[in-house]
Amino acid sequence: MSRYKIAVQVVPRRGLLDPQGKAVADALHSLGFSNVASVYVGRHMVLEVEAADEGTAREQTNRMCAQLLANPVTEDFEIASVLSA
Amino acid sequence: MKFGIITFPGSNCDYDAYRAVVEAIGQEAVYLWHKDHDLQGSEVIVLPGGFSYGDYLRAGAIARFSPIMREVVAHAGRGAPVVAICNGFQIACEAGLLPGALLRNESLKFVCAPIGLRVENTSTLFTNGYHENQVITLPIAHGDGRYSADDETLDRLEGEGQVAFRYVPNRNRPGDSCNPNGSMRDIAGIVNEGGNVLGMMPHPERAVDPLLGAPDGLPLFESILHRVHA
Repeated sequence: MSRYKIAVQVVPRRGLLDPQGKAVADALHSLGFSNVASVYVGRHMVLEVEAADEGTAREQTNRMCAQLLANPVTEDFEIASVLSA
Repeated sequence: MKFGIITFPGSNCDYDAYRAVVEAIGQEAVYLWHKDHDLQGSEVIVLPGGFSYGDYLRAGAIARFSPIMREVVAHAGRGAPVVAICNGFQIACEAGLLPGALLRNESLKFVCAPIGLRVENTSTLFTNGYHENQVITLPIAHGDGRYSADDETLDRLEGEGQVAFRYVPNRNRPGDSCNPNGSMRDIAGIVNEGGNVLGMMPHPERAVDPLLGAPDGLPLFESILHRVHA
């Protein structure tokens, strides 16, 4: 078994209103970053997972996202990185 | 009739629900702890408001995996009534008892206020004690109440009469925006396809005593009695 450090990103689905993202975008605009087209605020989670290999760890993490870490009705998720821990 | 009121760590409307059942409609109620595996013969289940598990991850996301929820989902599957209020509505959506999800209020603010609602369907188990198109006032108190679902789901809810309550202008506060949280199509409460699970953000259990204002939540509890005893 190996240990993997897996970073997961969960973001509101594009097209759904994200008032937090909109508030942050407005604040960036007022700072002068007028080139910011949009902001989506989500969650970044880091999991340490024991698994036989990286493929297994990824597959399990995808299931964790689908069942709990993300809400399939309103959010999208992706595995941002997998590192050997 | 026996009501089972589920208490999660962080529930805070369980006592109000208990009082509504025992004192306002004179029925039996029992508290069921989230770790229980037995509904103790309860016919009607109430998922009360609050902040179960501190709203960690998403409101209702962790409560959904409590041992008692397995029993609640099975009970609902047998057609038994489930009243899911506020955080309970969020839990019911996470558990798949109801379609859609409740997201952060559009204003990003926690809103605590009396709110105007129209009863959209008076033929349900939970609303048969109201008049058609009756406008009522119930308190809301939530930060994550923006009902969201895809268009297909929203169309189906409307087409099948599953929208139970909608936000409308409050006659006492006509200047206020009527939709307090940005819910799609002004939806405040829905029932499932079978009509036995109600989810709503407003708090009927806090509006059952004239001492605290209009007891507009009382007919909801009475509706359940009428229908089940009929």
